Amino acid sequence: MIEIDSLYCGYGKREVLKDLNLHLEPGEFVGILGPNGSGKSTLLFAIAGVLPYRSGSIRIRGDEVCGTTTRLRARQMASVPQKSEVSFPFKCLSVVLMGRYPFLSRFGGYSQQDMDKALDAMEQTETIHLAQRMMTEVSGGEAQSVIIARALAQETEILLLDEPTSSLDVAKKIQIFDLLGRKNAAGVTILCALHDLNLAALYCRRLVFLKHGKIVLDGFTEETFNDENLSRIYETDIRVSLHPVTGSPQAHFVPGLDRVPESSDHRPVWREEILSFEPSDC
Amino acid sequence: MRDEIFQLEARASGRFCFLLALLLAGSVLSIFAASLFGRLDIPPWGVCKSILSGVGLMDAPDLDPTWKVVVFNIRLSRICLSLLVGMALAVAGTVFQGILRNPLADPFTIGVSTGAAFGASLALFFGLGAKQLMGFEFIPLASLGGAMAALFAVISLGRINGQLRRETMVLAGIVVATFLSALISLIKSLDEESVASIVFWVMGSFQGRGWNHVGFALPYMAAGLVIIWVYSRELDILSMGDTQAKQMGVHTEKVRLRLMIGASLLTAAAVSVSGVIGFIGLVMPHLIRMTVGAEHGRLLVLSGLLGGVALLWSDVLARILLPGGEELPVGVVTALMGGPFFCFLLKRRGVGTRL
Repeated sequence: MIEIDSLYCGYGKREVLKDLNLHLEPGEFVGILGPNGSGKSTLLFAIAGVLPYRSGSIRIRGDEVCGTTTRLRARQMASVPQKSEVSFPFKCLSVVLMGRYPFLSRFGGYSQQDMDKALDAMEQTETIHLAQRMMTEVSGGEAQSVIIARALAQETEILLLDEPTSSLDVAKKIQIFDLLGRKNAAGVTILCALHDLNLAALYCRRLVFLKHGKIVLDGFTEETFNDENLSRIYETDIRVSLHPVTGSPQAHFVPGLDRVPESSDHRPVWREEILSFEPSDC
Repeated sequence: MRDEIFQLEARASGRFCFLLALLLAGSVLSIFAASLFGRLDIPPWGVCKSILSGVGLMDAPDLDPTWKVVVFNIRLSRICLSLLVGMALAVAGTVFQGILRNPLADPFTIGVSTGAAFGASLALFFGLGAKQLMGFEFIPLASLGGAMAALFAVISLGRINGQLRRETMVLAGIVVATFLSALISLIKSLDEESVASIVFWVMGSFQGRGWNHVGFALPYMAAGLVIIWVYSRELDILSMGDTQAKQMGVHTEKVRLRLMIGASLLTAAAVSVSGVIGFIGLVMPHLIRMTVGAEHGRLLVLSGLLGGVALLWSDVLARILLPGGEELPVGVVTALMGGPFFCFLLKRRGVGTRL
């Protein structure tokens, strides 16, 4: 599906990816992990055709990425950025509809079908109640969910995600990744850069670890996700145990000795009335 | 849920249609109403008859020929020109704000207006003010050339590694505008005689403009409008930023260049016949964005119409405000009204969250 061979890529004079090789089969759910500045986002940009590469090749279904048109690429793969800035008050629905742009004819507008697909995507990401709200007036997490809906509305067979859920709360994270899991089961190839190791271990079947612009480790989650590998790659003490429900490996981070918390007498007090409070629908 | 959304969508398009109808009716009414103002006192029925016979819709042999000349050739042409220029400036402002993703951008930010002013100043300095070239006055041609030269200077300055970046483009625009303003000042100090005409021109005015100016500006404006209309949907997507726009299938460099050329054609045509008129291109997009949202299809149409009507009445004010029959430059009127109004907008809605 995606074949990357001896890829060199960077910004200006700075080379970020050096001699990178990566092959993805159709239907894979791959997590890209690695410390800050290891080249995760750069790799996703290069695959999406946003960042031109110096040498090497990236082929999607056999077609070289830099040889196809922007429009064709947008029909093949959709991207979700880490963060997006919206400068103007667009309706959330309009933003999701933009995902249908690569399928429009030059002078045609968005059809009813496009509208339905946009609304489907919003339903799936549970953002449909935001449809008429302004993108500038929803919360950061809600805006990110809308952007994810936009990528789904693109209906591509490849999804490239760059820490799509780092601004979302725990429940939203799980909800979005469950959704991605369902998309993956339906045949969508997913490549997702993540900082959250545990989220990656829960959902990705294969993990690719980047460091200094190179792949240091690439393999199935069960085989790569262990104390030794993680501690070496992230240069900090990490222990792995099994998830009590799913049995997937989960990482635990060991604080330095000087940071061991002191015990205190403070006892938590529950405020039941806040927990049971249901905000009125807006 | 979906029905509710469709209902709200329908209500939004209803609202758009209502505003569109309102502004169209407002424009037509304004054209008639504004024709009533002037030094010569002509009764409303005379104005109506003059306009209708001038357009060729009515035969009015009993009409005073001076009335017809005054209303049709002097007032109406000037009104139509101010309507067109206002529309062009507002649409160009909307486009520049969209592609630079900067709510404070307008035709001035990018240096195009100043380029046009420089071209005209240069022509006035060399005493070409009264010269004609192929039946056209020389000054509009000179300012059109100046505007286009400024645009290409900004584009080539703003291009880094073959990529046009909005940050560098804003900076390049400011540099070019500042440099050209300095050159205009230099020309003014070199040539005492043309100072008055340059100053008047730089402040913007419709004094003495007629149908030939409308004819001069119209083709450029039409070309600019067509380009912008074709790419209005891309303008929406460009607002999400370059990277995301590319990921959604927009050929950003190509589209932005074409949009800039379109908007610059509008600006250049406007400035070439009217001089530099501020605030229309800045304020109108904001007003409309606050009422119908940022989707450019609707935004462009409505802010264009509103800009036309606003400049039309600003020009009427410029004609009648001074008691002695003297005229104010219309740029002074728009700046005097637009400045405080924009401050009000800024305070009220926090227009520029990011610069």
